[in-house]
Amino acid sequence: MKNEVLVRVKDLKMHFPIRAGVLNRVVGAVKAVDGVTFDILKGETLGLVGESGCGKTTAGRAILHLYRPTAGEVAFRGVDLAKESPEYVRRARRHMQMIFQDPYASLNPQMRVGEIIGRPLRVHGLVKDAQEEKHLVTELMQKVGLNTSYRDRYPHEFSGGQRQRIGIARALATSPDFIVCDEAISALDVSIQAQIINLLEQLRDDLGLTYLFIAHDLGMVRYISTRVGVMYLGKMMELTSSDELYDDPLHPYTKALLSAIPIPDPPLERQRQRMLLEGDLPSPSNPPAGCRFSSRCPLATEHCRAVEPKFREVTTRHWVACHLV
Amino acid sequence: MTSLDQSPENGVAPTSEGPAAPPQQVVEHSKKSQLLSRLFRSKAATISLIILLLVLVAAVAAPWLAPNDPSAIKLIQRLKPPLYVNGAGTHWLGTDSLGRDVLSRIIYGARVSLTVGVSAVAISGTIGLLVGLLSGYFGGLVDDVFMRICDIQLSFPTIMLALTIMAVLGSGLDKLILVLGLTGWVQYGRIVRSQVISIKNDEFVLAARATGERQWQMLFQQILPNIWSPVIVIGSFTIATNIVAEASLSFLGVGVPPNVPSWGTMLADGRQYIGVADWLTIPAGIAISLTVLAINILGDWLRDYLDPRLKNIL
Repeated sequence: MKNEVLVRVKDLKMHFPIRAGVLNRVVGAVKAVDGVTFDILKGETLGLVGESGCGKTTAGRAILHLYRPTAGEVAFRGVDLAKESPEYVRRARRHMQMIFQDPYASLNPQMRVGEIIGRPLRVHGLVKDAQEEKHLVTELMQKVGLNTSYRDRYPHEFSGGQRQRIGIARALATSPDFIVCDEAISALDVSIQAQIINLLEQLRDDLGLTYLFIAHDLGMVRYISTRVGVMYLGKMMELTSSDELYDDPLHPYTKALLSAIPIPDPPLERQRQRMLLEGDLPSPSNPPAGCRFSSRCPLATEHCRAVEPKFREVTTRHWVACHLV
Repeated sequence: MTSLDQSPENGVAPTSEGPAAPPQQVVEHSKKSQLLSRLFRSKAATISLIILLLVLVAAVAAPWLAPNDPSAIKLIQRLKPPLYVNGAGTHWLGTDSLGRDVLSRIIYGARVSLTVGVSAVAISGTIGLLVGLLSGYFGGLVDDVFMRICDIQLSFPTIMLALTIMAVLGSGLDKLILVLGLTGWVQYGRIVRSQVISIKNDEFVLAARATGERQWQMLFQQILPNIWSPVIVIGSFTIATNIVAEASLSFLGVGVPPNVPSWGTMLADGRQYIGVADWLTIPAGIAISLTVLAINILGDWLRDYLDPRLKNIL
């Protein structure tokens, strides 16, 4: 793999203000993403995992500038989009697309499938007439395994898996380099999940795509990702190659997450030492002092509760934010 | 393609998983003939369409259809009962207090009533739709400003506004339409705004933004098609209110001059004679209710027609 950086995320922060009172004053902020730094290399699939509410979806959206980041830098092909005009960002969307979590909500119920898939082409002026658009839409539908005679159907006439294929075809329409898959398979049932994962993998290999794959299913993430990042409460906790993360996790949070994956072998499953986390995810508007994980970490010391650990490279290409490693 | 082609959800034949092929889709119809063929499948909508066409023909061809001059005053013939009461006389629906032929006035009245009803709705609907879309979509300051204008508008009684406009511009049919149009937009504005707010955060709008659509494309091509139904319902409803409102405003002198026949004024004029000559109010009342009913039924049908989820049921 060439080590060319496609997307560089540097100290990205996304805070949402909390307003209260008659005057709508800002009384606090939900720190959904609070300073994450990582690179996404061309051609790789970076998995992003974490509990619900840890900020992974927000991170994905902020990277695509669907939200305006509070601070930090997201450089796509070396250009920091936050410094560019809205029109520049809009044009740049051609090269970075998104596949959404809920295939039932992400398609306009009033539009025919052909229109949904063809719109990005028209919006970016990639086709000169209806004939060419029709031709390209047909190609896209074939590419994602949709029957091309369904072009004039409406989204409600399809099953979840088919709808997700429509969403994938829409994301592929402008031939992007980078696609954020935001829990793209979580809403589907297991047999369909496998089909969609295979499709995404095949498209990646055929078209040379780069994915940011956001999910909470650790097994799926391991399967599709080259590298995996673990997020907790708006911070990146550990980031390394997929094999290393699963075989040799260093961060206590990662260990806890991995020990929650059931082993499909009852005797082994019974013998296994599980690391159970206590308590709930703290509020992202008022995170614990020091290490964010300190309130639930079984190994936490006074030092952990006072000083926030740095996200550092412990061994080659293995980044961890923990004092104890 | 590899194993994907064999997956059950890609079957060519419509299975329980795939969409069921509606028979009318096998042959591709043009949009217009599809609209009509689906309209004729509903009896109520068909009848409504016929009624509306009749009213429209009456309005356009009034000079040829009306048996008498609607404004010709013959005091000697005043308050003659219609044919259905005593079976005699030359006036099918009788005459009013000035001896004018009621049938002719009903036929001519379709002109004013339809014009007022439809044009006022077009004006208020357009203003309300635009205000509601912008207000709901952009929120913040735009929303605050528009909603305060709504409040100001609501705090003025329609009659007062009408009298003010009349004092400034004079009276006439066009001023009447203006008054009704300018006072009616608030309810569209508020409903549209709330609809926009409820769907602007739906994932498909976010998806449109993610694919790089411009603001106006998201607003008019993604959001607008999803909020037609309440607009159509209020629209068909307000046409009726406008037809009746025209009468009260004409009564105050803002609307059409007294010698120009309209259903509303006929209703208002006939009120005083309702005990002795009910034929002055009944035909006008029937004309208004039938027209309004037809518009409402067609409006309902149109709303369902525009919802793709009901495509196979209608």
